[in-house]
Amino acid sequence: MRKFLLFLSIILVGFIFILRLFYLQVYQSQDHDLFEDNAIRKVYDYPKRGFVYDRNGELLVANQPSYDVMFVPREVKPLDTLEFCSLLNINKEQFLEIYNKAYHYSPWLPSVFIPHLSKEDYAVLQEKMRKFEGFYIQKRSLRLYQTSIGANVLGDIGEVNNAIIEKQPYYKMGDLIGKQGVEASYEDILRGVKGIKFIQKDRFNRDLGPYKNGIYDTLPQPGKDITITIDAKLQEYGELLMKNKRGGIIAIEPSSGEILAMISAPSYNPNLLVGRNRSRNYSKMHYDTISKPLYDRSLLAQYPPGSPFKVLNALIGLQEKVVTTDDRFGCRMGYYLGSRRLTGCHSHYAPLSMNDGIAQSCNSYFANVYRRIIDKYDDPAEGMNVWSNHIKSFGLGNYLGYDLKIGSKGRIPDGNFYDKWYGKGRWVSTYNISNAIGQGEVEATPIQLANMAAAIGNRGYYYTPHIIKQIEGETIDINYTTPKHTTIDKENFEPVVHGMFDVYNKGTAASLQVPDIEICGKTGTAENFIKINGVKTQLTDHSIFVAFAPKDNPKIAIAIFVENGYWGSRFAGKIASLMIEKYLKGYITRTDLEDWILTHSLEDEYEKPYSGHSFGINKESTLQVIPLDESLRSKKEPNIKE
Amino acid sequence: MVRETHRYFKFDWITIILFLLLVGFGWLNILSASHTGETIDYLDFNEPYGKQLMFVFLTFGLIILILSIDSKFYERFSSIIYIISMLSLVGLFVFGKNVNGATSWYAFGGMTLQPSEFAKAATALAVAKYVSDLNTDIKKFKDQIQTFILVVIPAILVLLQNDAGSTIVYAAFFFVLYREGLPKIYLVLGVVVVLLSVFSLKFGTIITSVVAGLVIFINHFFTKKRPHFFQPLLILMACIILSSGIKFFYQSALQPHQQDRISLWLRLEKDPVKLEKMKKTFAYNLNESEKAISSGGVSGKGFLQGTRTTGKFVPEQHTDYIFSTVGEEWGFFGSAMVVIVFVLLLIRILHLAELQKSQFSRMYGYAVASIIFMHFMINIGMVMGLIPTIGIPLPLFSYGGSGLWGFTILLFIFIKLDSNRINEW
Repeated sequence: MRKFLLFLSIILVGFIFILRLFYLQVYQSQDHDLFEDNAIRKVYDYPKRGFVYDRNGELLVANQPSYDVMFVPREVKPLDTLEFCSLLNINKEQFLEIYNKAYHYSPWLPSVFIPHLSKEDYAVLQEKMRKFEGFYIQKRSLRLYQTSIGANVLGDIGEVNNAIIEKQPYYKMGDLIGKQGVEASYEDILRGVKGIKFIQKDRFNRDLGPYKNGIYDTLPQPGKDITITIDAKLQEYGELLMKNKRGGIIAIEPSSGEILAMISAPSYNPNLLVGRNRSRNYSKMHYDTISKPLYDRSLLAQYPPGSPFKVLNALIGLQEKVVTTDDRFGCRMGYYLGSRRLTGCHSHYAPLSMNDGIAQSCNSYFANVYRRIIDKYDDPAEGMNVWSNHIKSFGLGNYLGYDLKIGSKGRIPDGNFYDKWYGKGRWVSTYNISNAIGQGEVEATPIQLANMAAAIGNRGYYYTPHIIKQIEGETIDINYTTPKHTTIDKENFEPVVHGMFDVYNKGTAASLQVPDIEICGKTGTAENFIKINGVKTQLTDHSIFVAFAPKDNPKIAIAIFVENGYWGSRFAGKIASLMIEKYLKGYITRTDLEDWILTHSLEDEYEKPYSGHSFGINKESTLQVIPLDESLRSKKEPNIKE
Repeated sequence: MVRETHRYFKFDWITIILFLLLVGFGWLNILSASHTGETIDYLDFNEPYGKQLMFVFLTFGLIILILSIDSKFYERFSSIIYIISMLSLVGLFVFGKNVNGATSWYAFGGMTLQPSEFAKAATALAVAKYVSDLNTDIKKFKDQIQTFILVVIPAILVLLQNDAGSTIVYAAFFFVLYREGLPKIYLVLGVVVVLLSVFSLKFGTIITSVVAGLVIFINHFFTKKRPHFFQPLLILMACIILSSGIKFFYQSALQPHQQDRISLWLRLEKDPVKLEKMKKTFAYNLNESEKAISSGGVSGKGFLQGTRTTGKFVPEQHTDYIFSTVGEEWGFFGSAMVVIVFVLLLIRILHLAELQKSQFSRMYGYAVASIIFMHFMINIGMVMGLIPTIGIPLPLFSYGGSGLWGFTILLFIFIKLDSNRINEW
């Protein structure tokens, strides 16, 4: 027996070793992945990010160099901290905090000491850099916005977060990605593809040279330049006019669906979200929950569309053949069911035919038309569905499918909606008569209304609005060049378009005419409510305007919301006329309108709900007059060059 | 002439082939672990792989020398060889060169020689010679003590040179003496002490004592011829004293770095922050070596393709940690093959030892197998984190001329003795 002790020990140990090897190498081991291997340093070569131009070739977004002060904690030698700190404008506590944090993270890996030095700071520091061992300066590329406008259109880039890295392995910690606007929509095109070098390193993190002579290395592919559909001059002018107001404007070229201007007020200078102060500025704007500068009102804000919605009811009435252009309806300062007034109206002559119904924006007229549409079918739910489908064919009630990452669906109710609300068969058209005049349950975003105006201007079709005009060496999505037809026949548009023309001619926007331009428009006024301390409170109406011009072969369609601006032609109508003139002529003849807009602010009105005092609305709304800055006024005459 | 030719076939070629496999494959891994840059100059004696290649060639000369000496020589001169070897160890205290805290080397110009690597073979010869003497009876306590002294002298000498790893190797002689009739009580005592130590450190004195008590009394009541009731009580007392003694020894006698190694091995440290710190300090080697082995996966990254090996992530990789190179570059298949080749070599030596006619040859063969086995178990066990870190080389595999020659001498003396067995037939 004695001779087996060693023999069995040998067999046992050999067996245990093979089990352990199996555990380490087969059970516990993952496949060898260069990206996971911490013996291989991955060095990325970031390509130039693509530039962004406006439709006229004006450069909007370029790149600028930025300088990060980097350091490897273990390589830092004792230094003159006083001098170093004063060069970087920090104090010694901050110095130690940054140093210790990085040392704790890894003594051997490079960490950022101070990101995004200005060119001036860099110039001063660079000369003295050799005195500070362990520190070095790394050049990076940042965005440079060549303009102070269009923050909501252009967007910004920022560092990727963990959620993005998990979903898209292309991005590594510290990479930049488009966060909003065009930067986000066309991220893949603008960013290019980064190159990568695999470097074999040793346990002290020192480079030994390329891994396998660099056979896996790749070269960076530069990002492509893009041209967007925005007209920078129009955008700038719109932002100027929206100063001291809140709301959104969308201007579209009806013949192509190209977005000419996309304004959200209040806005901010896009350069605020670049470089060292990015996060401070971002949180400041992020936590401004009252004026919400980061909230794109042109795409996201859902408002009751108000009177511009009436023209759709007129079109549907004609299409469903429940009304003719000559049918006249009376108005007794409102629409009555028996003795109950369902909607009010303003004073105008009556009875009205369709043309005047639109021009005078008569609530009673459209209440009648709406009832005829819904009541055409025995079941109001069926009538509601027919109505809803017509409306939706104008791109309302759902995402439009444009190439920006944010949006709202708006809301267009259908039969099902009211069946759920009231119960099946327990409601009739008068229950939701407010839909006739764009109040009630309907809601739309500015871009949806601008698209609606474009569809009317085109007499029955639209192109999906889009922001991309051209990509270097590529064609744009065919979806944006294919017309979408509405459910309304072309011949039904003429009387409605003429009604909208008469809004300017003799109707609610008669005071807003622009010489030599035939504008078709529709004013709107929408009631709105907010909750103050849990109490539903009505605020001054929103001022709304929808228009396109010229009347035939329109070149611009526009929708404007001015929050709490009261009636349609008070703010929105004036801004619409000015923007249309600016875009079509390049100069302004209605300087009276421009002066009025530039000198009137709604800031006081916006303060009211937060003042804590009781306040009046609409007729008691406050209009704050501010001094005119002459330098902001537009040219009155065409340029000789133009 | 015919007789002469015949003699070569009497060497055990299986052992020789296994030896060559290990040395050859070992050199390939030393090359991988030590080469820097793109070009490999095999004759560059400034690089470990170049030096080792030279050592390997010199080894063949050494083999021829050993095999051509008459086998009687080794038995006859074993005492003198032993004494010379011990003197060479003692001489280190005067002439030794300190490398990494151990005074185990003689320096001759650019070369260094580590006499402790040769002392193992010398001790094996001496022990075999002493115990196989007709006047020696290993069952007698007096002879046990004298044999013990033969083993302990070199063990103490290398310990004094701060080479604790080599000291532990001398425990290998237990296998030899047990085979020759050392009373069973030593085996039982040895196993009990080891188990008690591990249990006491891992679970504490109280739990260990309770478990020991249960085992002792259950054993007592199931024994047919029950000894006096005091006997199990006394044994239990001894166990409790030993158990608390171990704790005391661990805390006061061991050096802090030895305590840390044991604490890591027995997973005594639960605090994750301290564990992380351990991984960056003394456990760094072990942690990197396990990572390297693990990263090899089933089939390995390929010869010279190991990223952790190329990056020199595992310190001392070409010496004590050479097995992690095998793990990374040759994967599970390669590493398991190395383990199997070692096991085959050891079993072959054991098999041959049992065939020996003379007790001297058998004992010597057992000593060879035991010494190689101890190295194999401790080294690979350490590199894979199965036993605490003890710095000894992997026989025939690790970089180092003294080690390679020491094991070559050890093994080929036995091959020579074994060929003589056939001769004497």
